Amino acid sequence: MAEKAAAAGPGKLAALVEWIDARFPMTKMWKEQAAEYYAPKNFNVWYYFGSLALLVLVLQIVTGIFLTMSYKPSATDAFGSVEYIMRDVEWGWLIRYLHSTGASAFFILVYLHMFRALLYGSHRRPRELLWIFGVLIYLALMAEAFFGYLLPWGNMSYWGAQVIVSLFGSFPVIGDALVEWIRGDYFISDITLNRFFALHVVALPLVLIFLVVAHLLALHEVGSNNPDGIEIKQVKGPDGHPADGIPFHPYYTVKDLFGVGVFLVLFAAVVFFAPEMGGLFLEAPNFEPANPLLTPEHIAPVWYFTPYYAMLRAVPAFAGTQVWGVLVMFAAILLLFFLPWLDRAPVKSIRYRGPVYKAALMLFAATFIMLGYCGLKPAVEPFKTMSVAGTIYYFVFFLAMPWYTRIDSHKPEPTRVTM
Amino acid sequence: MSAAGRLLALLALGCAATANAATTGWPLAKAHTDVGSLASLQRGARNFVNYCLGCHSLQYMRYSQLADDLALTEKELRDNLMFTGERVYDPMRSAMPAEKARVWFGNAPPDLSLIARSRGVDYVYTFLKSFYADPSRPTGANNALLANTVMPNVLAVRQGEQLPRYEDRRGADGKSAPHLVALEPGAPGEMTAGEFDGFVRDTVAFLEYVSEPAKAERKALGVWVILFLLMFTGFAYLLYKEYWKDVK
Repeated sequence: MAEKAAAAGPGKLAALVEWIDARFPMTKMWKEQAAEYYAPKNFNVWYYFGSLALLVLVLQIVTGIFLTMSYKPSATDAFGSVEYIMRDVEWGWLIRYLHSTGASAFFILVYLHMFRALLYGSHRRPRELLWIFGVLIYLALMAEAFFGYLLPWGNMSYWGAQVIVSLFGSFPVIGDALVEWIRGDYFISDITLNRFFALHVVALPLVLIFLVVAHLLALHEVGSNNPDGIEIKQVKGPDGHPADGIPFHPYYTVKDLFGVGVFLVLFAAVVFFAPEMGGLFLEAPNFEPANPLLTPEHIAPVWYFTPYYAMLRAVPAFAGTQVWGVLVMFAAILLLFFLPWLDRAPVKSIRYRGPVYKAALMLFAATFIMLGYCGLKPAVEPFKTMSVAGTIYYFVFFLAMPWYTRIDSHKPEPTRVTM
Repeated sequence: MSAAGRLLALLALGCAATANAATTGWPLAKAHTDVGSLASLQRGARNFVNYCLGCHSLQYMRYSQLADDLALTEKELRDNLMFTGERVYDPMRSAMPAEKARVWFGNAPPDLSLIARSRGVDYVYTFLKSFYADPSRPTGANNALLANTVMPNVLAVRQGEQLPRYEDRRGADGKSAPHLVALEPGAPGEMTAGEFDGFVRDTVAFLEYVSEPAKAERKALGVWVILFLLMFTGFAYLLYKEYWKDVK
C-alpha cells in the first residue's frame, strides 16, 4: 500500500508516507516483512495453518476483550455472569461461542502446524530458534487455555483446575507449599479465580504476542522452509532474489485469504451448529456451577490436553509417590525443544526420506491421537494398556530419532523446488 | 498421604464419590424434542409453570424474554404464566424458600436453567418418565434413573401409577439380589401413555430452550453466515487464481 502511494507521485498521501518514513521505518518494515519477503512458491495445504493460527489469536484477543466487559471474576458471580453474557448481552452468545470454539480451533491449527514441521523438517538448521519460539508459544498457549478454562466457574472448570494444580503437589518436600502458593488458598477459591483471570487476560496474552512476534521475525530472518526441504536462497535469479521465491505480498496474502475463507466456513459450522462439539469443546458438567462438595462422575481435561493426561495416568506410582507421571508428562513436552538436534537425517523433507522415518512419523501421529482418545476415557482397560504403549512409543519416537534417522535411506534432494 | 496425593489416587481410579442419590445404568430414552416448534415450547412453558416452578427456579430466564421468544403478548404472559407478583423482566424464581426446602426434602430443589445442557434432554425426559411406586421412600415414589431421589412424583396424577418389576440377578459378589428391570403400568392416570410422552416431551423441549434461548437464532443465523462465507471463499479463490496464473 505504501509503495503504491509512493509511486503515485508527489501527492499528499505520498508526502505523508515520506514524513512518517523519516521518523518510523513504515515502508521499510512493509517491504521486509511482506512485499519483498520472498517465500518459496511451492507451499502446499500444510502451509495455511500458521497464518490461520495468527488469525485465531487475533480473534481470541478481540472476543476476549468483549467478554471481559461483561464477565465478573468472582466465585459468587462468575458462573452467573457467563449466563448473563449468553442471554442478556447483545450478541453475547456469539462472542462467547467464538471464544470457546476459538480455543479449540487454536490447538487444532497449532497441532497441524507442528506436524507440518515434522513432515518437512522445518525445525532443522537454520530454523532451530524459530522452532524453539514455536514450542514456547505452544507452552504459553497451554497455560493460557488452562487459566481460561477456570473462568466460567463450572463444575468441570473447578475440578479440572483442582486436578492440574494438585499435580504440583506430588513434588517431594515442596509440593504442598507449591500448590498453596499457586492457589493462594487451601483450595481452589475466589482468590485462585482472580489470579487466573489476571494471568489469562493480561499476562499470558502479552507473552503470547511477544513470542508470536519473535517467531515471525525469526522466520523472516531465515526464510520459510518448503515441502522440498531445500533452501531457496541458494539459487538466485538475475534480480538477486531467490529464483524459486515469490513476494509474500500479494501472492501469499491472496492465497492465505482463500485459506481464511475455507477455515471460517468450517469454524462457523461449529460455532453456529455444534458449539459444544458433542461435549468436547464445552463439557456438559460445566453447565453446573462449581461445587467443591460434588465431584463430576468423570473428570477429564479438555481434549487438547488429553494426550499428556493419558501419559500422566499411564505411569504407575512407585517409591510411595505419584511424581513420576507428572515428570513424564513434563518431559514429553520438554523433549520438543530438542527435536532439531535429535533429527540426524541428511535431508529435511519427508519427500526424500526413507521408509523408516515415514513409518515412525505416521505411527507417531496415530499414537498422539490414540493417547488423546485414552485421556478422555476413564482409566480402565483397554485404555490403560493403550496409554502405556502410547507413552512408550512417544518417547521412543524422539529418543531413538538420532539412531533411526541416521540408518534410514534417503533420496537425493532436487536443487530447485517442485510444485 | 497428602491431599494432592489422595486426589491423584482418586483420578487413577477414574471415578469419584457422588452424593447419595446416584445415577443408575437405566437406559436413556430419546426425547425427540423440537425446539423449533413454538406450540411445543408454549405447552412446555405452561407445564413447567404449573408443575415445576413451585419448587424449581429458572434463575437465568426472564419472563419478558420468554414472552418475546415464545411469541406471547404481555397479557397472555400474565394470564397464563405469571401467578405471583413478579414484574415481567424478573427471572422465573420459585416461591419456595431454599432453607425451608432443605428441611422438607433434605436438599434444595436445583435450579433448572441449564439442566438440559448439563444432563442432556434425554436424561431429563427419561427421569420424568421413570418414577415408580415405592412405599419404602418418604414420598412414596422412587426413580429408576436417579435412585433414591428426594423429588416426589408430581406427575403421578397425569401419568398414572408405575410399578416396578424385579428380577433376581447375580451381582459381582456372586450373590443373587433383586434387580429393577422394568416399570409396568398400574392404576391409570388422566393421560394415556402417548399423551403423557407428549406432555413430558413439551416440558423437556421448553427446558432445552431455557438452557440456551439463543439456540434457534443461532441456527437460523448460521445458515446465512455460512452462505456468505462460501461466497467470500469463492471470490477469494478466483482472486488467488488470478494472481497466481503467472507463477510457474
